Amino acid sequence: MDALTAHLSQLGHGLVTTVELTVVTTVGAMLLGIVVATLRIAPVALLRAIGTAYVEVLQNLPLLALLVLFVFALPTIGISFPLFTSAAIVIAAYEGAYLAEAIRAGINTVGVGQAEAARAIGLTFGQSLRHVILPQGLRAVIQPIGNICIALLMNTSLAAAVGVVELTQAANNVNLVEAQPIAVFTGAGLAYMLLALIIGQVTGLLERRLAIVR
Amino acid sequence: MNQTRQILFDEPGPRARRRIRIATVLGAVVLAGAVVAAVHQFASHGELAAERWQPFTTWPIWRYLLTGLWATLRAAAATAVLSAALGLLLALGRLSTRRPLRWAAGAYVEIFRTVPALLLIYVTLFALPQYGLNFPLFWKLVVPLVVSNSAAFAEIFRAGILALDRGQTEAGLAVGLRRGQVMALVVLPQALVQLAPSLVSQLVGLLKDTSLGFVVSYTELLYSGQVLSSYTHLLIQTFLVVALIYLVVNASLSKFARVLQARNGRLSGRRGRRTADLPPPLIEGNTPR
Repeated sequence: MDALTAHLSQLGHGLVTTVELTVVTTVGAMLLGIVVATLRIAPVALLRAIGTAYVEVLQNLPLLALLVLFVFALPTIGISFPLFTSAAIVIAAYEGAYLAEAIRAGINTVGVGQAEAARAIGLTFGQSLRHVILPQGLRAVIQPIGNICIALLMNTSLAAAVGVVELTQAANNVNLVEAQPIAVFTGAGLAYMLLALIIGQVTGLLERRLAIVR
Repeated sequence: MNQTRQILFDEPGPRARRRIRIATVLGAVVLAGAVVAAVHQFASHGELAAERWQPFTTWPIWRYLLTGLWATLRAAAATAVLSAALGLLLALGRLSTRRPLRWAAGAYVEIFRTVPALLLIYVTLFALPQYGLNFPLFWKLVVPLVVSNSAAFAEIFRAGILALDRGQTEAGLAVGLRRGQVMALVVLPQALVQLAPSLVSQLVGLLKDTSLGFVVSYTELLYSGQVLSSYTHLLIQTFLVVALIYLVVNASLSKFARVLQARNGRLSGRRGRRTADLPPPLIEGNTPR
């Protein structure tokens, strides 16, 4: 236990970094997911192809390979960002592909009649998406989106492998000093479980508030 | 687009066709701009030079990378077999009629579903050796991956078993089978067919997880790329090629999952089977691709 209390600030820093990374990438991935899902159902064939290609590529590459490519390899062609920013961009891009698929599944649950009604009163593609389809579609997939957010939280740990000192890395660093692996790693594991629990609770709350019972 | 039923737009009229053409041109311009910018970045840093790509046409380089791919596949296969078996046991445990078993399996799944695999890898790398548990390199990667993937498999199996019509279990019990027999002879065979696409999708995730060999220094594909690039200094080329290999392997697996999904869709089309807990069917105006 002493190992934990003696390094509270170090572990706390790691925890804060993990939370920051999770929040920033969740927001980014959500926006990206909506855009990509929209591309995939757009009336323009080229845009649909771009959306499909994006999802296919990002879902089939390991996140760690993307992180390594972005953090270590892109600087050789003159593209580099601060470490935290790089990690956030890559994780958001990666999880955005998964969110896009979840959102698309949600859009699919909206009755065809809704879309037809929206068109019948003269709404354009963008308007019917914004005012009719997305508000209903997103409510249908709150739970899957929450699950992706939990996966995202766990995936932020991969940023450790390219040098971001978040919770996993902080725990590892503390363990290297203190050599008390059980206390340190259990502590970190509990912190992850707690964060996942919070995300789960928030999703449950949103689900109860927003979901449309059909 | 003729046959496809689109949700959000009608068969376009003349004005809509013009707008679609404009959007296509704009999209193409943006896409071309991105390609030009990328090529410019590569060229201006000398990364397009032929001699920086030429090594990737030679056999020794490919032999090295393919050896890495083989190690990736081996690790993935070992992880898949072990975690699927453990996952099935856990799922059966969670659905058991015995409370302690249910409780233990539930706790395992809930814990390892929310602990990152990298943390588990650090535990096997830095914690377990202190207690005399020093696995060979291969198992340092596979064991933590099995621990975390088995929880994911357990959830898939459980969802599949629960999604099956209860009448199947009831009928099995009614003809005098014991619970274990019902599970083995009636429920599992049907559930597994329904689950095949989800299981293959999970394989993709698992194969991606083996890239954590990068952290363990197990020379699977990603770490092979790292080793190679530190010798050749062809950083971006190596990792792009590595990414391409991952893409080909995983996209084939994903494609296979979609084929299975489409087949299951055809098989269960007429029967009113509950598929609520299975992944949503592929969309695009409800037509198979």
